[in-house]
Amino acid sequence: MVRPHIATIGKVVRHVTRLRGGGSAFPGLVVEKIDPHFTRDVLAALPHGVVIISGTNGKTTTTKMTVELLESQGFKVFTNRTGSNFARGVTAAILADIDYSGRLDADIAVLELDEAHAVKFVDVVSPRYSLLLNVMRDQLDRFGEIDTTARMLAHIAQATTKTVVLNREDPRVAPIAETLPDSVESEFFGLDTKLRAKFPSDDDLHSTAKDIEARDADVILKSFDGNTAVFRFDNNEVAVPLKLRGIYNIYNAAAALALTRTIALEHYNKKALLEALGNVEPAFGRGETLLLDGQPIELVLVKNPSGFRLALESFPPIGYATMIAINDNYADGRDMSWLWDVEFDSLRTPGVAQVGGIRAYDMALRLQYDEVETIAVDTDISNALSQFISSNPDSPKRIYCTYTAMLKIREQLGKITEVEKVL
Amino acid sequence: MTAEKRTLTIVQLYPDDMNIYGDWGNVLTVLKRAKWHGLEPELINYNVGDKFPTHVDILIGGGGQDSGQLKVQDDLQKIAPRLRELAENGTPMLMICGLYQLFGRFFKTQKGNIIEGIGIFHAETHAGPERLIGNITTHSEQFGDIVGYENHSGQTFIDSDMQPLGKLVRGAGNNGQDETEGCLHHNAIGTYLHGSLLPKNPAIADFLIEEAAKKRFGDFTPTVIEDRFAAKAREIALKRPR
Repeated sequence: MVRPHIATIGKVVRHVTRLRGGGSAFPGLVVEKIDPHFTRDVLAALPHGVVIISGTNGKTTTTKMTVELLESQGFKVFTNRTGSNFARGVTAAILADIDYSGRLDADIAVLELDEAHAVKFVDVVSPRYSLLLNVMRDQLDRFGEIDTTARMLAHIAQATTKTVVLNREDPRVAPIAETLPDSVESEFFGLDTKLRAKFPSDDDLHSTAKDIEARDADVILKSFDGNTAVFRFDNNEVAVPLKLRGIYNIYNAAAALALTRTIALEHYNKKALLEALGNVEPAFGRGETLLLDGQPIELVLVKNPSGFRLALESFPPIGYATMIAINDNYADGRDMSWLWDVEFDSLRTPGVAQVGGIRAYDMALRLQYDEVETIAVDTDISNALSQFISSNPDSPKRIYCTYTAMLKIREQLGKITEVEKVL
Repeated sequence: MTAEKRTLTIVQLYPDDMNIYGDWGNVLTVLKRAKWHGLEPELINYNVGDKFPTHVDILIGGGGQDSGQLKVQDDLQKIAPRLRELAENGTPMLMICGLYQLFGRFFKTQKGNIIEGIGIFHAETHAGPERLIGNITTHSEQFGDIVGYENHSGQTFIDSDMQPLGKLVRGAGNNGQDETEGCLHHNAIGTYLHGSLLPKNPAIADFLIEEAAKKRFGDFTPTVIEDRFAAKAREIALKRPR
């Protein structure tokens, strides 16, 4: 039972913190100090429980899609959409949404959680559903080894009470199905055989197509052409025009579809589902497009080698001016080794117009070894961005950026054009 | 004078199982710099069960997870006599992290199990209680400042008859205790530095190439390579937080 006064205190602290320009974690901290069970109790009251989405790449986009797909099925959804993908951030998000009596007006919570935070979170709140996307090399300086990350996902799955949705194509994720208790179901989303080569997996297990296809997938991405994707489910192939860009986002749509179908059951409305899918816009920094002086600027977040490789494969460079911004703050990962696991040959024509960020010279050095021409380098992101814009006034632009570089770029762009407020 | 074709054979050891944290960057740097120095590099990948190449000019091996080390250990023992012979003959080698450990005598795991190494480096590694992670700088008379990023839980102790690659300036190094980092024996280098190591430390890359070329052709004439980006990247890496 949630005591209403806790909710009130939390909301007041949140309000004061925001007035003072503070972050999203502090009010959560205060509430946890007063009532350590606050988050668990509020979420336990939701009729359809809690969904956790985790994995290395695509959490934010997939969470956003799942929320919109569930809404199309008539669910009232609570989510941590501020990007606070850690436990205290969830508490803070709850405080923003609950009423003063301590009730969250929602049917279900869909939470995006970082692997390491999700592990601790599920020990307090048992998710009814979980969706595990992939395990790739990401911020290994934080988690240690890729096998450790896989064990974290298995832990989340084992804490799930009803259904776990798994990526059939990831050899570290799919076998988690075999570790679940009998009372818990597993569902898969997957790729058609001929698409598999387009998704470089960060793995050395070399599963064969036969091994992979031994598992039945509820939703399969069959093919895509430009922005239209063909999914197979309910024994039918359905072509859906999408606003999402990039093949990895489209595969995430298969994940969100499988998860939503699992949850919706008796509410299932296929027509509304497909309509919602066609309307999902990319999450911020995941291929979102801004307009500046009549020219589009695309922001593409890159966090790890596999994500960067997929992004380069998704967005042909011809006709675009390209900028790459690399920071090495804690949230980006301090180790620059990952840049050497990405091939940049595809950028050789027309080259890279601008490199920016704290580690701009590491990036320029990386491009030198792939014999890609770099026109300008500046470690100051604001300078790099202004230079990039003024030197390429007449072309569409694309910026690949690490997390903190993206925040800085959005802040700068916000001064000169319309940028959606997300934080 | 007709230009004589000077092929340099670079062998990458276990790229399928021991290749993490940008190890490809080291191979790429040797391939490209050898080309820029006027040589014709060829790359051979050696994996578990393959036939070991008859000729090796430079041998490069990377890091791996514990599971990768387990996969390669039997095969490594099989080719050990060849590797020891190559090392004794002065073949330039670069072994990073996981293979640095296995090029020592042994790796003792957290549970006390011994993974046998091949003893090219007179050194032993013990699993440590914590991961040693972060930006690292060492110094060597031969190579100057060496910059990189370390991420390992094994603690390596080299015997007193071995020379470390560098003396610690900041970071943990071989074991967090004795201020040494890596090992240099004949022309074989073992080190914990990722980052990747060679692009930001071109002096080491050129050392491997020069030694290999001299050994195979008797002489080596370097080209001046534009290392402006490397110099700036080094300067910045030195100042970044751990």
